[in-house]
Amino acid sequence: MRGAKSAKWVTGAIIVALAATACGGGKSDSGDAKGAVDPNGIFSVELGEPEKPLLTGDTMESNGSAVMAGLFSTLVDYKADGSLEMINAESVTTTDSKTWTVKLKPGWTFHDGTPVTSKSYVDAWNWNANVKNAQGLSSWFADIKGYDKVHPEAEGAKPTADKMDGLTVVDETTFKIELTKAVPYFGHKLAYIVFAPLAESFYKDPVAGGQKPVGNGPYKFKSWDHKKKIEITRYDAYKGPNKAKNGGVVFKNYTTLEAAYEDLKSGNVDVLRQIAPKDLPVYRQDLGDRAVDQPYSAIQTIAVAFYADQWKKPKAIDPKVIQGLSMAIDRATITKTVLQGTREPATGWVAKGVLGFQEDGGAGVTKFDPAKAKELIKAGGGVPGNKISIQFNADGGHKEWVDAVCNSIQQATDVQCVGDGKPDFQADLTARKTKQVKSLYRSGWVLDYPVNANFVSDLFRTGAAGNQGDFSNKELDAKIAKADSAATLDESVKQFQAIEKDLVNYMPSIPLWYYKVNAGYSEKVSGVAYGQDGDPILTGVEVKK
Amino acid sequence: MGRYVARRLLQMIPVFLGTTLLIFLMVYSLPGDPVAGMFGDKGADPATLAKIRHDLGLDLPLWQQYWNYMTDIILHFDFGTQIRNGRPITEVLGEAFPVTLQLAALAFAFELVFGIGLGIIAGLKAGRLADNAILIFTLLIISIPVFVLGFIIKMVFAFELGWIEPNVSNDQLVSEMIAPAIVLGGLSLAYVARLTRTSMAENLRADYMRTAVAKGLPRRRVIGVHLMRNSMIPVVTFLGTDIGALMGGAVVTERIFNIKGVGGLIAESITRREGSTLVGLVTILVIIYLVTSLLIDLLYAVLDPRIRYA
Repeated sequence: MRGAKSAKWVTGAIIVALAATACGGGKSDSGDAKGAVDPNGIFSVELGEPEKPLLTGDTMESNGSAVMAGLFSTLVDYKADGSLEMINAESVTTTDSKTWTVKLKPGWTFHDGTPVTSKSYVDAWNWNANVKNAQGLSSWFADIKGYDKVHPEAEGAKPTADKMDGLTVVDETTFKIELTKAVPYFGHKLAYIVFAPLAESFYKDPVAGGQKPVGNGPYKFKSWDHKKKIEITRYDAYKGPNKAKNGGVVFKNYTTLEAAYEDLKSGNVDVLRQIAPKDLPVYRQDLGDRAVDQPYSAIQTIAVAFYADQWKKPKAIDPKVIQGLSMAIDRATITKTVLQGTREPATGWVAKGVLGFQEDGGAGVTKFDPAKAKELIKAGGGVPGNKISIQFNADGGHKEWVDAVCNSIQQATDVQCVGDGKPDFQADLTARKTKQVKSLYRSGWVLDYPVNANFVSDLFRTGAAGNQGDFSNKELDAKIAKADSAATLDESVKQFQAIEKDLVNYMPSIPLWYYKVNAGYSEKVSGVAYGQDGDPILTGVEVKK
Repeated sequence: MGRYVARRLLQMIPVFLGTTLLIFLMVYSLPGDPVAGMFGDKGADPATLAKIRHDLGLDLPLWQQYWNYMTDIILHFDFGTQIRNGRPITEVLGEAFPVTLQLAALAFAFELVFGIGLGIIAGLKAGRLADNAILIFTLLIISIPVFVLGFIIKMVFAFELGWIEPNVSNDQLVSEMIAPAIVLGGLSLAYVARLTRTSMAENLRADYMRTAVAKGLPRRRVIGVHLMRNSMIPVVTFLGTDIGALMGGAVVTERIFNIKGVGGLIAESITRREGSTLVGLVTILVIIYLVTSLLIDLLYAVLDPRIRYA
C-alpha cells in the first residue's frame, strides 16, 4: 500500500516540475494557469511555540528565531559563502577593525511608520546590553567600549551607566562603533538578531513589544495565538533587497515532528524545518524532489571534561590518547546507518558554510584507523583506568549514536566505553555547569556568525563561554588572541585556519559530524531554500495559485 | 447528608495543602536549574542569571517561595508567571484545560456508552459466543499500547480511507477530537466492559433477582432496575477515578494527535522545570479528583438504598 502511495507522490512531483518549467518562459500570459505564482499567496511553516517573548535581545532558540528573521532586518546579512550583503546598512566600514562606521540606507521605516535612524540602533543596543533588562544575548555587545558599565559581570552588581561609551550617533543615518580592541569579524556579528533596531514605541512597554513586536523587516507582525499559530504579513513599504515574494506566513504550532509530517502529506502545512527520525527512511521517496537534504553550519563533538580526575591526575593527559579515541570512531558507518544520513562526517572543528572552512581541518585525526588508534593511545600512556564514559541527555535522541560511538571505540581499541545518560537536557546541563562530568560529554555548536573564529575562539579560549570542559593552553591562547586582533578579516580568517590545523596537537574535543537540514515542502510552494542556521528563508518562497 | 458533604469538603483543605507542598518540594529537588536551562548550551553570564532569578523571586528561601505562591493563589487566584516566557500561568492553564476537558468528556462518553453496552451484552450471555467475542475484543484492546492504537487509527482512517484529518488542527473542532477520544477512551472501555460483565453475571444469581423474577416482573424491569442498579457500583467507582486519569494521563494521545492540552503541558513543565506551572496543574487535577470521588460516594447512596450517610 505504502509503495503505491509513494509512487503517486513522485508522479505528482514530476508533474509539478514540468508545469514549473513550462510556464517559466511566459509568466505574464499564463496568469491563471495552475502552477503560476501568486505574489500575495500565504503559506504555512511548521513551528513549535517560541520559548520566550519575541524580543531581539532574548530570542536564541530556533522557534523564536524563525519568526524574528521575518520581522526584523539587521544592518547586514551573510550569503551562502560567508561573505556579507548590506541590508539596512548602506555601508559598514573600518580601517583598523576597532572603530566601525555604519551608514544606513535612507527612507527605511518601522512597521508603525516611524523612520529607522541611527538612534533606533544605538538605543536598541544600549537597551539590550543593560543588565537591568536581563536579556540573554547581552554578551554579544561585550566587544563594545563601555559594555562593562551597563553590564557588570559580577552577580548582583548594578550598572553604573545606561549607555555604552563606544556608540556615538553622528547624524540621522550615520553612527560610529568603538570597540575595546580590534575585532576583525565584528561586521559579521552585526547580522545577528540582537543587533536589530527597535522602534521608539518599544521602550514605553517592552512587555507588549515582546508579544506584538514592531520591526523593520520584510514582514510585519499580525497575530500570535499562543501554542496555535503566529501570523506575519508582507510589509509593503519594505525597502531592503530581500523583499518578500509572497503575501505572508502562518507559523503553525505542532507538538511533534511526526504530526507535522503527516500534515505535510495531507496538505495542511507547506514548509517543514525538520523531519522526525521515524520518517527519515521514507521521506525522500515520499516527497521526491521536494525533499531537502543540505548541510548547515553546525557540528557535533565529544568534548573532554579536562577538570575530571581521569584527565588531570596524576598528570595532564597526553593529546595522543584523545587523538587515538578520535581515530577509533567509524564516522562514515555511523552517520550512514544509525543516523540515517542526517549527518555528514566531520573532517575538522569548523563547520561547513563558514568563512574559513577548510577540507580536512582536523589534519586526518577524524579518519577511522583502528591500528593507528591503538598505537596512539599506547604512545600517549593509555586511557587512565582503560575506561571512558560519554555523558548525554536521554531526551534528545542521542542514545543511539552514543552507543554506536562507544561500540566503535571498544572494538577498535579495547578501551571500555559506556554511555552516561542523564534523564533530560536540564540534568545534563547542570552536570556540565557544576563540573561534575566524569569523563567525556556530548557537545555541539551552531554558528553565531559565519567566521571560523566562532568555532575556535569562542570554544577553546581559556574562559570562553562555550568552553565548558575547562580546556586551557597558554600557547593556544596566545595564538587565538593574535588572530582575534588581526588587522583585517582575511588575515584573521587565515590565522584561524592555521590554528584549526594545529588543534590536532591539543585535542580540546573530538569532532564527530556536521549537521544537515532534513526537511521538505508541499506542492503549493516553490523556491524554498534553507539558510546556514537551518531555517527556511521565508522571503524567497513563492506560493502557487 | 449535608453534614457529611461539609465534612468531606473540609477534609479537602489539608489534602490540597499537602499535595501542593509535596509537588513544590519535588520540583525543587529535581536536578537542573530552570533559569540556566533557558540559555541552553551557550549559557549566560552570572549577572543576567541573578537578575532573572531575582525578578522571579527564585532567589528567596524555599519556604518563602511556597508562602508567596500559596497566598497569591488563595487571595488573588493568581498562579504566578512562567519562568521561560513570562506568561501568566492562569492564562496558560485557561488554554489547556478546555481542550482537555473536551477530549476527556468525549472519551468518557465513549467508554460509558460502549463499555457498559458491551458489558451488559456479555454479562447477560455469560459463557456464550457473544460473551467470548467481547472478552477477546477487550483483551486485545488492553494489550495494545496506546501509541500503536493511535497509529493504526491514523493509518487506516486518515491515510488509507481519508475519512478524517490525521491531526487535530489549531481550531480544535469537535469532529477532529473523535479519533483521539476513541484512542484515549479505548483502554478504559475495555475495563468498564469487563467490570460490568463480571458484576452482572454475579448478580444474576443473587436472591433478589430470583425474587424479582418470581414476582412476575417484566424482564425489562428486572434487568433495567433490579440488576443494573446493583451491578453499577464497581463500575461507577472505576469511572469516577478514571475522569482524573483521562484528564492528566493523556500525554501520549495528545502527542500523537497534536492536541495542546494538559498532558503535554505537564510534560513540558517537567522538562523545563516550570515549578509553579506544574504545581498549578497538579493542584487543579487534585481538586478534580477530590470532587469526583465525593460525587461517587454520594452516588453510592442513590444506587444502593442500604448505604446511608449521616
